Amino acid sequence: MTVRQEDAPALSIAGLFKSFDKPAVCGLDLEVEAGEFYALLGPNGAGKTTTLRMVAGLLPPDSGSISIYGIDALFHPVEAKRVVAWVSDEPMIYDKLSPLEYLEFVAGLWSVDNRAAEARSGELLELLGLAPHAHERCGGFSKGMRQKVALAGALVHEPRLIILDEPLTGLDAGSARQVKSVLQERVAGGVTVIMTTHILEVAERMARRIGVIDRGRLIAEGTLEELRARSGRDGSNLEDIFLDLVAESGSGADEAAA
Amino acid sequence: MSSASFAWFARHEIGLFWRDWTALVLRGKPHRRIFVGLAIAGFIIGMHVVAWFTVTDTVDLAATDPRAVFIFVSGCALVSLSLMVSQSLEMVTRAFYARADLDLILTSPAPSARIFIVRFCAVALMSVVMSAALAAPFFNVMAFLEGPVWLLSYFALLSMSAIATAIAIVVAVALFATVGPRRTRVIAQIIAAVIGAGFAIAMQLVAIVYFGNVSRLSVLTSPELTGSLPPVASPLWIPARALLGDISAVLAFCIAGFGILALSIAAFSSRFATLALSTVGVSEQSAANSARPARFRAGTVRRTLRRKELVLLARDPWLLSQTLMQMLYLLVPAFLLWRNYGTDIGAVIVVVPVVVMASGQLAGGLAWLTLCGEDAPDLVQSAPMSPHIALQAKIEAVLIAVGLAVSPIVAFLGLVDLRAAAITAGCMVLSASAATAMQVWFRAQARRSHFRHRHASSKIATLAEAFSSICWAGTAAFLALGNWLAAIPAAMAILVLVFVWMIRPREA
Repeated sequence: MTVRQEDAPALSIAGLFKSFDKPAVCGLDLEVEAGEFYALLGPNGAGKTTTLRMVAGLLPPDSGSISIYGIDALFHPVEAKRVVAWVSDEPMIYDKLSPLEYLEFVAGLWSVDNRAAEARSGELLELLGLAPHAHERCGGFSKGMRQKVALAGALVHEPRLIILDEPLTGLDAGSARQVKSVLQERVAGGVTVIMTTHILEVAERMARRIGVIDRGRLIAEGTLEELRARSGRDGSNLEDIFLDLVAESGSGADEAAA
Repeated sequence: MSSASFAWFARHEIGLFWRDWTALVLRGKPHRRIFVGLAIAGFIIGMHVVAWFTVTDTVDLAATDPRAVFIFVSGCALVSLSLMVSQSLEMVTRAFYARADLDLILTSPAPSARIFIVRFCAVALMSVVMSAALAAPFFNVMAFLEGPVWLLSYFALLSMSAIATAIAIVVAVALFATVGPRRTRVIAQIIAAVIGAGFAIAMQLVAIVYFGNVSRLSVLTSPELTGSLPPVASPLWIPARALLGDISAVLAFCIAGFGILALSIAAFSSRFATLALSTVGVSEQSAANSARPARFRAGTVRRTLRRKELVLLARDPWLLSQTLMQMLYLLVPAFLLWRNYGTDIGAVIVVVPVVVMASGQLAGGLAWLTLCGEDAPDLVQSAPMSPHIALQAKIEAVLIAVGLAVSPIVAFLGLVDLRAAAITAGCMVLSASAATAMQVWFRAQARRSHFRHRHASSKIATLAEAFSSICWAGTAAFLALGNWLAAIPAAMAILVLVFVWMIRPREA
């Protein structure tokens, strides 16, 4: 029997392993507090997406444990999924549904009361600038609009933990600002956000804590100040710190060049 | 070879085609080369054996009236041409919509018309391959028996594919001009499907009406037709004579065929790049608005999933064209049954197996779309529900959709013959359920837009699905006749299902 602990961390990962042809995640330990905006950074192929997919219940780990608000996500996946929303870099929407129909579908999957879902959908579409397109089918939408529809879908069931994998990829400045603003509002309201991004400025400005992952291991974690202190470069920006950390870890040469 | 020349583009295209083809055939397993090589060799030898025996019959026909041979060859050529036009139209349209490297090429200083001309020439070559696979053994056998002049027939075949490609280019450009880039692709797919099936089906229907069998040959060799044919020297026989290896006819036919292709390219090549650019960012769905007012409906998770699947199926234009094709093909057996047995056993009875067969085939296609063609698998998988609920909902959606499609026919049957309707409904459920079960066991995640390649994922499942539908159709037919032999196809259908279950991929 799972008992949700109100003071439990939003996410607690311990000894997580996942291998494909080669190890992707190697004994990862990670803890994110409730109501925190956490940015997970790392070079390409570091294991960020694999980790988050395991948290969202989209990939079974080889070993280790994942706990979401005190719920063991591996033994009680349905309970855990109830409080989680997942947004990938490739928007998961249906071309032949309109945004409103999509939100109705997502609300149905999370068993949200239809009246509440309807009201919330209207607000979200308005907030994200999608209201004029609420009845158009998504097939003709731009990448940014599709991403915003996917984000609205993630928010319509009011999750306590939102996991976003590169949510700002391909968004224009206006759309990116709308998405960031919506996420910050949620965090202010007590929701936990975990986000991977290659846009380090976003992590620098929005995240309370930042984790750097490389070769499936967490190589550094802390607030920006803590990471600065660790790297010994006072006043340096996150990009410098990140490149130093990854270079130290051993796989950063290519990333630094990029 | 200078860059961006025709030859340079051709080499680029051939390289890409070869990689795609080997990837499709070998599926990343180089050891399959031997198997594929043996299969191709077996096919070639088998076709040559068939050609050897068939040629003897054709020679007999020639002894009676050369025009009988001409009309037979012309009929076969028209069937081939309709298939070539169908295939070419699909490929020409795809050339305008495919984005892969087109954006790169169109933004480069290379003359954009060249890539399209190279691609359309490739379309002509591709469309000749399928016909050549069937016709080449006949040409080779005749060359062996009558002399190498018969090898000239290959040029006649190439000329036919050039004509087909020219027709496809004209139709595609006309569609862009009339219905616009948003709808051209879907309408071209439907036209291609109808052209591909239409001519062959029409000939079969005529054969059934006049001669009581399904052979197109009956139409082409009938005294009624041969009696009204133009004289041997008529220019109408040039294509037939070219295909039969007549040098002067080959020359004339090639000049005509390649001339028509060259003319169509010359007439429209300046518009190719514009047409391709007009397809950027358009979608046939984007124009369509949901007329439903913003009122969310209550329901369980299962109901929500079911509703979503049904909405997506109803909005799938490709599915519409495929269903239309299946219905067109089923016209032939239905008509044949009615013609042969309708007067003895009642016309209604012959509808029974056809509906059952259609249900199985339709269910197979719909099951693939709902089970494999899920465009948001992460969303469904990350939702708080057991995976079984999603599976159940999708299966229910398939069965409901099949039920909705065929229930009017069953209802009509019920008005005429209640027993026949009950048998149809029962066997329809069995046929549809069996086809769906096979798709469940062999499901593999894919994009919904890959529907036309669904048979490539498992040929065994596809064959078993068709065989199962035939067996349940046979069961229904015998049951409708009140014959105990119904047990035999029913047992076979069950055996097929058990066999497929035993060989299913374990991870599915």
